Parts: sequence; structure tokens; C-alpha cells
Amino acid sequence: MKTAEEIYNLLKEKFGESVIELKTDKPVDPFIIVDPITLDKICLFLRNENDLQFDSLMNLSGVDDANGTKEKDDIGLETIKGGTLSIFYHIESTKLKHKLTLKTSTSREKPEVVTVTDVWKGADWHEREAYDMYGIIFLNHPDLRRILMPYDWEFGYPLRKDYKNPEFYQGMKVPY
Amino acid sequence: MALKTEEMVLNMGPQHPSTHGVLRLELQLDGEIILNVTPHIGYLHRCFEKHAEAMSYPQVIPYTDRMDYLASMYNEFGYVVAMERLMKIEIPERVDYIRVIMGELQRIASHLVALGTYGADIGAFTPFLFCFRDRERILHLFEITCGARLLYNYIWIGGLSHDIHPDFIRLTKEFIKDFRPNVKELNELLSYNRIFIERTANVGVLPLDTAINYGVSGPNLRASGMKWDLRKDDPYSVYHKFDFDIPVGKGEKGKTGDCWDRYYVRVLEMEESLKIIEQAIEQIPEGDVTSAIPKRVKPPEGQIYTRVENPRGELGYFIISDGSLNPARVKVRAPSFVTMQVFPELCKGFMVADVVAILGSIDIVLGEIDR
Repeated sequence: MKTAEEIYNLLKEKFGESVIELKTDKPVDPFIIVDPITLDKICLFLRNENDLQFDSLMNLSGVDDANGTKEKDDIGLETIKGGTLSIFYHIESTKLKHKLTLKTSTSREKPEVVTVTDVWKGADWHEREAYDMYGIIFLNHPDLRRILMPYDWEFGYPLRKDYKNPEFYQGMKVPY
Repeated sequence: MALKTEEMVLNMGPQHPSTHGVLRLELQLDGEIILNVTPHIGYLHRCFEKHAEAMSYPQVIPYTDRMDYLASMYNEFGYVVAMERLMKIEIPERVDYIRVIMGELQRIASHLVALGTYGADIGAFTPFLFCFRDRERILHLFEITCGARLLYNYIWIGGLSHDIHPDFIRLTKEFIKDFRPNVKELNELLSYNRIFIERTANVGVLPLDTAINYGVSGPNLRASGMKWDLRKDDPYSVYHKFDFDIPVGKGEKGKTGDCWDRYYVRVLEMEESLKIIEQAIEQIPEGDVTSAIPKRVKPPEGQIYTRVENPRGELGYFIISDGSLNPARVKVRAPSFVTMQVFPELCKGFMVADVVAILGSIDIVLGEIDR
């Protein structure tokens, strides 16, 4: 069993600049911020290393940080420019019974993160959901399609904070 | 010389009685053999997570009811545990005991639906009626507690909406006494039925390492032979005070992790739930169940991931608070959503009729997959 701090020191030693920061100031879970492009190598290390053995991905969750510049149009609808989108990874080891939270951030205009489906197969649908809801592109993902929204949905990504409903979808008025 | 065969694509669903809701399976077939399955989900999508961002924290609870509509009590339970940990609320012990009793009753009710409909999927209709007869008793207990049979809004942040009915303990004891022989009856009727075993043993085998890599949890993981239960492995509420076993699949009728194991683990779990309820009823303390409910729910800035052992597996809530009255993000890690990913792996090489048997055995609820 290892604490987040011990794991952070291990990662820092191995990956250097790609492991950015350990955040512990806000309740409840501490998390490690990592670089979105070397993420898959870090995760592979976390899974394969003998005294870490993070063999299971509990949860993967996209988040809109909404920290860019906000502009309001004449009817009060917001548009956000710049800033970041984030992804949280909650992983655990079923053998050693420790847990860890990773966070990675990417730009809102070109949100690209490398996939972890090669490390944990269960990440597949979670990543498709994050793509569907936030438009985050997972590089090297085997099958990046929409999952919950209709395949032909072309009106943006619903969980972004500045999402606007379309007026019509396939000739039907929205909201009905 | 082998005959040349042609591949065929067959759509199963979205409207199909054995897909347990609106799920479309795109089957790629070679004759009757499954080459690949592509599940298409999202027909019940309501974007719960977007709704949650527009609500205050207590207003989210009725929405959680509507995700896994067969285990509403447990969905509320998971959400309030997460909120109480984030806000550091100490709750009266009586509240915890009542929550555990409700949660375990809900687990039995949910498993009864799973087992009954599984029998019906495979062609045995009688067990279905027997299971629903017993489930009715549990729904009655919920009804006298909070007035609702399916969607309760009973467990609140910091407490419960109100105390249990004066008759509740007596009726629950009666239910336990009547229900025990019924489990035996179900075993005679379905579990050890020769036709049922032929249909389910050695079908859809899920090896343990695949299960862990895919993040499969709950009864499906335990059927593959792993003793893993969040009530013991990541304790929450007062589960540490009760004595109960974790049933695992042993490959009694075929290989470990086949459909029969997944079915039978659920049968055994009902008995364990009964044990927990009996102990909780004996030990339940007196107290006020509404005293710790905060007037205004305004958690500090931060984020939390909490998980509970839902009847279907690991139900996780990831909540980000920005210090205001509405959550900035609520993400639900739905057990069925994760389990559904492994489904194509289970089906490959089996017959079309086995798809129904495998889908029933992993016990999905589409309301939770699509949210």
C-alpha cells in the first residue's frame, strides 16, 4: 500500500517533467497532474510496476473547467473561449488495495489526449463518453464514435458549459 | 471441401423483450455462430449529468432514483455517502442502520427481478411469477416507509426524509421468515433444473483477468472467482459491524465465470443480505433521523470520488464542487455501463440463442447505462 505522495515521488523520478504537480490542498481526494501526451506511458508504468499494480480503472471522467474568457451574446447565452478541458482518472489496485487519482488538462480549442485503452480495456466506453460529451479527442483510440448521443448529432458537445440547444433536429423542434 | 459460408448482419432490438430495455445489438453472424457483437446504446439518454449541474445538491437525489430504477434506494445511498464525506457530516447511527436495511432489501428486490427475468428469458416462466410475488412484499415495505414503490427520494443528505413506520420491523421479520423457504423453492424450480443448467453452464465464460481489466464489478466479478465486495473491501456506512460472507463462483456446473455461476452468485447473495438485515434489526438504536440534515447544502470547494456496492456492482459518484449551491460536475460510474463493454467478448463463438442467456446473466439496467 502506497500513499499518493510516495507514488508521486516515484513518478517524478521516472518521468520528470511529464508529471507536473501533486495537489492536496482541497478536499477530499489528492490528485497528481500529468501531461496529456505521455499519459499512456505513465499509466502503463503504474499498472506494470511490481509495488504499484494499478490493475483496474474505476472511473474516467471528462470535466469542463470553464476557465477561459466568457462572452455573452444579446440573449444572455455564454460562449467560452480559451481555457482548458480536463480528465480525471480514478485507478486502484485490487491486489495491493490502494487508490490514486490522476488529472490531465488539455486546451479547449484543440483537446487532444492520448488513449489508455491499451492499458485498461474498460477505458474504451468511458473515453467515448468523454468524446461525446466534451469533444475531447483520444489519440490512438480504436473506435472513437459518439456513444450516448445520436451518431449524426452535429450541434456540439452537451456537457460543455457553453453548450446551446439547436433549434431543430431532423425537422423536429427542440425543445419539443 | 468445406462449404463456403456468407456472413450476415442481424439487428436485435431496440425493441426486443430480452434486451431488458431499449438496447440494440448488431450481431455479425456466420450461420448461427456469433462472430462479433456491437452494442448500440443511448436510446434512454436523458443527460442526467447536465440536469444535475442545474440543480441544487438535494434536488439531484430524485434524478439518481431514475438511473437504476430497480435499485433506486442504493443510488440515493451512494450519492448521499459521497456528499456526506465531502461536507464531513456526522450522521446519527440510526440513520445508517435504516439505510443499510433499505439497501439490502433493495438488493434482494433487484436480484429477484434479475433471477426471475433470467428464467423467463431462457424459457422458464413460473420462477418469474414466484420472484415477483416475493418482490411485491419488499415493495410493500418501501411503500409503508415512504409512499413510493419504485422511486423513493427517501435517503437525504444527512439523514432520511422521515423515520420508519411502526409496523416496519415486524413486517420485515415476517418477510424474512417467509422468504427463506422460497429461496430453496427457487433452487429446486430453476437453479438445479437440468434444462436450465444445459442452457447456462459453460456459456459466456468470463475469465478473471479479463474481468478486472475491463473494470467489471459486483456479482459478475465475484462469479469469476474473486472475493471482492466494496462492503468489505472499501467499507462505508456501518457494514463493518455485520457478519456476512461474500459468495464467489466456483464453477460448480461448468467453468468458473459462466452464466450459471453469475446466476447462482445472486441467489447466494440474497441469503447474505437477509443475514445483514436480521443483524441490523436486532441492533438498531433509537434516535432522530432528521436531526443532521443541513438547512443549506453548500459543500466546500473540492472533488470526491465515492463508490458503493450497488446490486449490479461498483456504483461510483464523482462530484466536483466549486463552492456554490449547484454541483460543477456529477459523473456517475454506472456498473452496467462498464459491464456492457465486455459483452462482445463473452458472446464470440456462441449461438444466437446464447446471446439472450449471456445478456440476462450480466443483469443490465438500461436506465443506468444511458443515464
